[in-house]
Amino acid sequence: MAEIHLKDLAHSYLPHPSGPADYALKKIDHVWEDGKAYALLGPSGCGKSTLLNIISGLLTPSEGQVLFDGEDVSRLPTEQRHIAQVFQFPVVYDTMTVYDNLAFPLRNRGRDEETIASRVKDIAEMLELTPDLNKKARGLTADAKQKISLGRGLVRHRVAAILFDEPLTVIDPHLKWMLRMQLKALHKKLNRTMIYVTHDQTEALTFADKVVVMYEGDVVQMGTPQELFERPTHTFVGYFIGSPGMNVLPAHVDGSEAYVEGCTVNLDRGYRGLSGSNLEIGVRPEFTHLTSGREGLPVTIKRVEDIGRFKIVRADFFGREVNITVPDGQPISPDANRIMFDPNHVNIYSDGWIVNGEAA
Amino acid sequence: MEKTLNNKAWWMVLPVLLLVAFSAVIPLMTVVNYSVQDTFGNNEFYWAGLEWYAEIINSSRFHDALMRQFFFTFVILVIEIPLGIFIALHMPKKGLWASLTLVLMALPLLIPWNVVGTIWQIFGRVDIGLLGAAMDAIGIDYNYTQNIFDAWATIIIMDVWHWTSLVALLCYAGLQSIPDAYFQAAKIDGASRWAIFRYIELPKMHRVLLIAFLLRFMDSFMIYTEPFVVTGGGPGNSTTLLSLDLVKMAIGQFDLGPAAAFSIVYFLIILLLSWVFYTAMTNYDKGESQ
Repeated sequence: MAEIHLKDLAHSYLPHPSGPADYALKKIDHVWEDGKAYALLGPSGCGKSTLLNIISGLLTPSEGQVLFDGEDVSRLPTEQRHIAQVFQFPVVYDTMTVYDNLAFPLRNRGRDEETIASRVKDIAEMLELTPDLNKKARGLTADAKQKISLGRGLVRHRVAAILFDEPLTVIDPHLKWMLRMQLKALHKKLNRTMIYVTHDQTEALTFADKVVVMYEGDVVQMGTPQELFERPTHTFVGYFIGSPGMNVLPAHVDGSEAYVEGCTVNLDRGYRGLSGSNLEIGVRPEFTHLTSGREGLPVTIKRVEDIGRFKIVRADFFGREVNITVPDGQPISPDANRIMFDPNHVNIYSDGWIVNGEAA
Repeated sequence: MEKTLNNKAWWMVLPVLLLVAFSAVIPLMTVVNYSVQDTFGNNEFYWAGLEWYAEIINSSRFHDALMRQFFFTFVILVIEIPLGIFIALHMPKKGLWASLTLVLMALPLLIPWNVVGTIWQIFGRVDIGLLGAAMDAIGIDYNYTQNIFDAWATIIIMDVWHWTSLVALLCYAGLQSIPDAYFQAAKIDGASRWAIFRYIELPKMHRVLLIAFLLRFMDSFMIYTEPFVVTGGGPGNSTTLLSLDLVKMAIGQFDLGPAAAFSIVYFLIILLLSWVFYTAMTNYDKGESQ
């Protein structure tokens, strides 16, 4: 168990990086608390696997340090870092039984068979693998194999952190949910630091205490699922998290009012000195409402998608698509031709990054 | 729904049937035909029944050749399979060196068999051969035409030189298909180099090893050209393997009946052993997955 400190960490696969574009991972400085579950979320190629491999020791960072409880491990090889890792594709030792698979890391470290037996029994119990202990690992289902991979990490006593690299990719959909719940329960029980890499927002939001959103080698936001939803610090987070993503419209801002295509949007905070930069407003479809009458932004409804719990209204606003979610059971008026925003959920972005206003 | 029956499609099989008939079935049947008859030339044949078979199976000449054949095949398998694995494990995995090594490894396989024989025949000669002359120069009494041990050593080393590449390349392909995650997981589990080989590489290679083993078994059991060119079966009969003996009998002595029976027995031995190996290995495979 450990607190992980990523100190001025950056990585480039090139020997002599010249500009920010050469970095697969741009400089970050974060402390990840002991015992929390973190999800690294982002599209393919955003640097999340690079970061994971640096933490696990498969990659040596070109700049900065990784500290486990204050101890610098950046140059330590993987086997000396006390981490466990579950990979995208299940890794089991085919010729061994489940028992031998779980015992393998302990045997390699020269533990006596008695200790191994009791340890393996505990872990198998915890992962519900006990009935399979004497079976060959090769014949098992993908989800059982992933549990074995995880189990091989857990049998070791001193595990600083458990890393998951998109572990549910090859699991059947109906088992995905179950396995995720088991992982979550396991985290509560073990209280170990867990780091979970995924490009699936549902996985990230349901699993983690804190979600680290990455984009083009940068950590754009680190926060609780609620923070990511309500106050995305970057428009990318707004797009990437939530379904459908946040509505982002170019705007001018003056004091506590924003102007979009000549229409006024009320804000609950005041902003000053923002005239020069590239400004946008961002509002989640959940905080966007359809109205009719004279107030609000004029839109034309293109289509309505009913997805069960709510409906998504796709509307056109001066050539831009705006999404509105309407809760199930709430009628959509045929005259609806305008939209209004909840003033306290309108965020202002300058060059993509959020601007914090002052209380108006 | 009723199926439409159209027996005209059978005609489509005809070309293949003809091809197989002329290339395999008819020649084989000719041999079967010879094996049950006796002839004194002039195209006159007399029914001999299973007489030739009985003679071949009981002849010490056949037994000796068979033992030599088993010994040869056993030795080259014992050398080539582990050596092939060893080479495959040490071949570079990517980059320019990988391609270069692949080409180098493939080279012996591209040389016609009689050329391989000729190369080694000259290479080993004491008067002009690099190997023979060098051995002579450092004081080792080496002469594959007169010394039985030298003759055996030469044909075995020649076969190893010629065919270890095949085993190595097959194993290399098997190794290349192992995902990186396995090696990373093994690192995290603290596995030793031996454990990585024993529990990851070897199990992942076992299918290609089965193919390599069968190919090398069958080919070495049927080997003819190279030892024929190098030793011609000598000195004496010491390197006369089954195929060499068969050709001597059929073409040298023109004993068509016994030679035909010999061929059939030879063929059945290879078939039987291949079947035994294959079944044993695939059964082992099934047992593993349960």
